[in-house]
Amino acid sequence: MSGVVPEMRPRDAMLSFDAVRFTYQRDAPSAIDGLSLEVAATEVVGIVGANGSGKTTLVKLANGLLRPDSGRVTVDGLDTGRAPVRTLAAHAGLAFQNPNHQLFAATVAEELAFGPRNLGVPVDEVESRVGEVAAQLGLDGVLELHPYRLGLATRKLVAIGSVLTMRTPLVILDEPTTGQDHATVRTLAGLVAALRGAGRTVVIVGHDTSFLAPLVDRLVILAAGRVTADGPPRLVLADDAAITEAGLEVPQITDLSRRLDLVGRPGAWRALSVGELADAIVDSEAVESEARP
Amino acid sequence: MIGLNGGGGTISIRDLTVRYPGAPGPALTRITLDVVAGELVGVIGLTGAGRSTLLRCVAGIVPHLIPATVSGSIHVTGLDPLVEPVGTMAGRVGVVLDDPDSQISQATVADEIALGLESLGVPWAEMVVRVERALEEVGLAGLGDRSPATISGGEQQRLAIACAMAMRPSVLVMDEPTANLDPAGCSAVFGLARRLSRDEGRSVLIADQDVERLAATADRLMVLDAGRIVADGPPGAVLGRPQTVEALAGIGLRVPQVTELAARLAGPGPGPGPGPGPEGMVLPVTMGEAVAWLARRAAGTDAVG
Repeated sequence: MSGVVPEMRPRDAMLSFDAVRFTYQRDAPSAIDGLSLEVAATEVVGIVGANGSGKTTLVKLANGLLRPDSGRVTVDGLDTGRAPVRTLAAHAGLAFQNPNHQLFAATVAEELAFGPRNLGVPVDEVESRVGEVAAQLGLDGVLELHPYRLGLATRKLVAIGSVLTMRTPLVILDEPTTGQDHATVRTLAGLVAALRGAGRTVVIVGHDTSFLAPLVDRLVILAAGRVTADGPPRLVLADDAAITEAGLEVPQITDLSRRLDLVGRPGAWRALSVGELADAIVDSEAVESEARP
Repeated sequence: MIGLNGGGGTISIRDLTVRYPGAPGPALTRITLDVVAGELVGVIGLTGAGRSTLLRCVAGIVPHLIPATVSGSIHVTGLDPLVEPVGTMAGRVGVVLDDPDSQISQATVADEIALGLESLGVPWAEMVVRVERALEEVGLAGLGDRSPATISGGEQQRLAIACAMAMRPSVLVMDEPTANLDPAGCSAVFGLARRLSRDEGRSVLIADQDVERLAATADRLMVLDAGRIVADGPPGAVLGRPQTVEALAGIGLRVPQVTELAARLAGPGPGPGPGPGPEGMVLPVTMGEAVAWLARRAAGTDAVG
């Protein structure tokens, strides 16, 4: 067939990796080794892998901080190999794993205002965004403090907030839950849900599968710079071989569901949250008690 | 058993209150606590609950390096960290923090470990042996000549533990030691902590968010809330009762997922005040306990607990 092949992918793909290879030093093994991956607009995707699997390299490639040795990375249709980092910054926001690599302003408020101000957002609008994000992340009380007076956990929230105020269509969070207490983890889960509701595309990188499983549309496993599994979290977390090979663990509740033989559930069924497994057990018990003479 | 500085690790704290200059309230209020040699104690609490302050007091970092007003008493392996210089305490109390890059200063991994030993005056020949042994124990054998800046975050965290262990402290305090680690790294750190306490007679205090691993590993859990100890006991007693599941949720903490599941299946607890509720009911806090609990429930022999 000749003629019109419609541009099927580039329009919908918010982030696309096409056969990407990246190596830090000559002779060293590739940090990213022929990786292809697409994240559609408005999707929420978790990327999980062990230390050294290439997660942080991947996110730096995704916002143009690093450029591929070969292959192509596009963000919102822009080729990161060509578009200036400044331009990409309006499309993809990255909150670093280590906030010390990101924060530099003298107060939290300035830190949150820096990004949008730099993008040329009007002053009033910057202020309202700072207020909104501070409320969302519970940072109202610390706006006038120096970021370095805050504990590591709060500094991480500031780093995330300074990305949110830029309102980029793509938000990338690198290990947002490490070192965070449960109350903050819940705040972060609420934040991801709010971003989803606002139609933003979210990529979350980490190894905290119990945080990610109930939140994401897709879970991608990264091992040695390649994608080894990619799909709905329930399927990926049932892929015991891929999980083990990647040095990961499933959430405790998923592991428990694997050990149970529940009536009315296929053997490969995996619970993603406590509520799901509780419901499944109650259902299973109801079926069994009906079956009893 | 290898020789530990100061013999077995015992910690005895009485009425410890700590206040930082300019802070609105105390960081710790009337903490009383005993840890015996060989005990592994998990410390849980929200950010700002006082966990880090408690661990830093045991090492003498508070008040010697971080100024604070302190009342009450602390004895660690018979020494008083409020009085002894930090350098003296460093031989007795190993410290691992959540931010390994803040602890790293040397050109090679081996030098990093040797630095603390030098400060203790350990002879060269013994130093070489201890460095090798520490690298092996944390799974970094062969990386001694690398620059600490070029190893991964997880490896840096294990290096921080190796630095602490090489000093052969009888007490080890770890503040969020797994914050940068993947599951394999977390298992390695908890396994190491277990071995250092049970097999080698050290006492280990770990502040960590991983309540599933703590419940499965620690002898005892201590819950801090706003600077006070609100619960202290074996993991089953601290986490595994319907009342505590609710109380912990009320202060922003969680129990292991298997415990939360059992609490939901068992139905609501007795609620506030005395009631006819299942007071003695114990919920599972580990995977093994959960599987057994669900089997009993399925058999109908023990439907409520």
